[in-house]
Amino acid sequence: MSQVAETASPPAGDTTYDGLRLRGVTKSFGAFTAVRDLDLDVPRGSFFALLGPSGCGKTTTLRMVAGLETPTSGSITLAGDDITYAKPYRRPVNTVFQNYALFPHLDIHENIAFGLKRRKVADVDTRVREMLDLVELETQARKRPAQLSGGQQQRVALARALINEPEVLLLDEPLGALDLKLRRAMQIELKRIQTEVGLTFVHVTHDQEEAMTMADTVAVMNRGVIEQMGAPEELYENPHTTFVANFLGQSNLVEGAIKGRGGDVVTVDMHGIDVSIPAARSHAAGDRGWIGIRPEKVLIGDPGEDLDAPGNSIPGGVVTDVSFVGVSTQYLVRMPWGQELQVFQQNTGHRRLYRTGEAVELSWRPEYAFLLDISQDASAGAEQED
Amino acid sequence: MASTAGTAPVAVDAKPDTGRRRGRTGYLLILPGLAWLVLFFVIPFYSLIATSLYDPNGSDFRGYDMTYHIQNYWTAIQEYWSPLLRSLAYGAIATLLCLVLGYVLAYAIAFKAGRWKNLMLVLVIAPFFTSFLVRTLSWKLILADDGFVVDLLQTVHLLGEDGRLLATPVAVVAGLTYNFLPFMVLPLFASVDKIDPRLIEASHDLYASSFVGFWKVTWPLSLPGVVSGTLLTFIPAVGDYINAQLLGSPNQRMIGSVIQSQFTDANNYPIAAALSMILMVLILVMVLVYVRRAGTEELL
Repeated sequence: MSQVAETASPPAGDTTYDGLRLRGVTKSFGAFTAVRDLDLDVPRGSFFALLGPSGCGKTTTLRMVAGLETPTSGSITLAGDDITYAKPYRRPVNTVFQNYALFPHLDIHENIAFGLKRRKVADVDTRVREMLDLVELETQARKRPAQLSGGQQQRVALARALINEPEVLLLDEPLGALDLKLRRAMQIELKRIQTEVGLTFVHVTHDQEEAMTMADTVAVMNRGVIEQMGAPEELYENPHTTFVANFLGQSNLVEGAIKGRGGDVVTVDMHGIDVSIPAARSHAAGDRGWIGIRPEKVLIGDPGEDLDAPGNSIPGGVVTDVSFVGVSTQYLVRMPWGQELQVFQQNTGHRRLYRTGEAVELSWRPEYAFLLDISQDASAGAEQED
Repeated sequence: MASTAGTAPVAVDAKPDTGRRRGRTGYLLILPGLAWLVLFFVIPFYSLIATSLYDPNGSDFRGYDMTYHIQNYWTAIQEYWSPLLRSLAYGAIATLLCLVLGYVLAYAIAFKAGRWKNLMLVLVIAPFFTSFLVRTLSWKLILADDGFVVDLLQTVHLLGEDGRLLATPVAVVAGLTYNFLPFMVLPLFASVDKIDPRLIEASHDLYASSFVGFWKVTWPLSLPGVVSGTLLTFIPAVGDYINAQLLGSPNQRMIGSVIQSQFTDANNYPIAAALSMILMVLILVMVLVYVRRAGTEELL
């Protein structure tokens, strides 16, 4: 199973594509297949994120693009050139490694100059100083990596790769070792630098928030295949699989029987209540499906209250848990069929808070719901290791 | 808030006392080591210096007079400069051979051995389970005139009809190389094994070919092992007397044999002691220059 970005998908074999293209790439380690028949198009100049849990094959994919692993089968082309079997030092690709992999015996200046010196480029010193300036480390040039903080080391690793002006910059969980606050700051920094230099960035991460805030295209990867690819808001609002629905944010998934597919609306019987879902958001074959709705799209109200949601209205809920988190209140509501649904309510001050044990009614607008295939595991991607 | 503020001063009060006690414990712990050094290094060393300045006309029976006879050093150098230089040369060649062989071996064990790593390390040390003397004697058999090595070299005409290996510098250097190889491999392995393979990947990612990556990343990172390995090999190899005695002829005599025979056969203690001192000073100077040049002073 593979998907290609809907924006740009010229036919395979087209050598004029100027971005990074993977076709039918498979990588096996003995009996274990890390990446399975992967097709991927990364447009030139884009900020592309490969998102997935650990062990999903995203780092292996990155290493194949870097040349540190050789694909078992398939091809990798960059701006029309086949680089599938090219040595890592012969491809215009540079990597920011997960642990930075800075050379401990060289100072910061020498670390950043490493790539240029190998290629015998002129005027190394000037360019290194410019790069130090870009990552705001001018004063640290003569220090050793071990003397810098994590965030500074991260910027050195970035500068060391960027200075070579690669066609594609690969980032392997580059912010994983930083604390939350620094990570947020570096995300903004990375995004700024990418816009400034205009290179293609391929960013591997297991942090869905990081992928969504930084990338303009996100590919969600699971067990060696790409589950779905697209713009962050597209993936979040209209997930095609239960894995994507759970891995990107949270979702309520309720089983339902599909009653009819008429026009642009699918009608589903959800435990005796008819709910409608736009056909464009229905990704289920057969006569049953998972009705999905994001917790923040669910409205909560008193029984019989006229909520601002023409369409799906589900009575008979009982609040079983309330967590007040400041900007919002998170409810768990037990439905008549026994399932607990999550509801996030913004604390705008216009709505009252409900207490545990209160009877409530839930509602959502049909255009926010989505329908997924029943054969998929409803808990896939729900447990994130972070 | 109030309760945390109240507990803070109590914790601070307890500190100075434990600090003082810790200081005293530190000195106590140094004592055994210090006693060992005084007893087995400082006193013998003083005795060696003193012996080297005794009147050379004395003997075991009559005893020696302390005449501050600095002339002993001049005599020693004049008489024995050639075994002295030979020892340094043999030691240097053996060390270089050990470095080449040992580096390949240490690199293979560290990066390529996988689950055989520990077994291979045990094999490196395994020869130590037999005596140094026995191992060197068996080299005598291997290099013997009717042995297969000489036979083979004669058939391929690398060695003349009556050419031999025993009693040649080749045999002595080979013996030294063999005997001191583990002293090179172990520190090298410790250094190479610590190198993060991701650094080598990073070098390839930054346009360094395998060779350049080795030269710019692996080699400099393994320098501490190279320096300690060469020191651990060179110092004992220069002073060694077994290999030259068993595998060489008087023409390959090394300074160790000279010192030994001066002490035991000739009973010329002052000259033997002076030679020992000269050897020690020479090695010390060479080591200092070497370490300074390798830029690894922190090892000393």
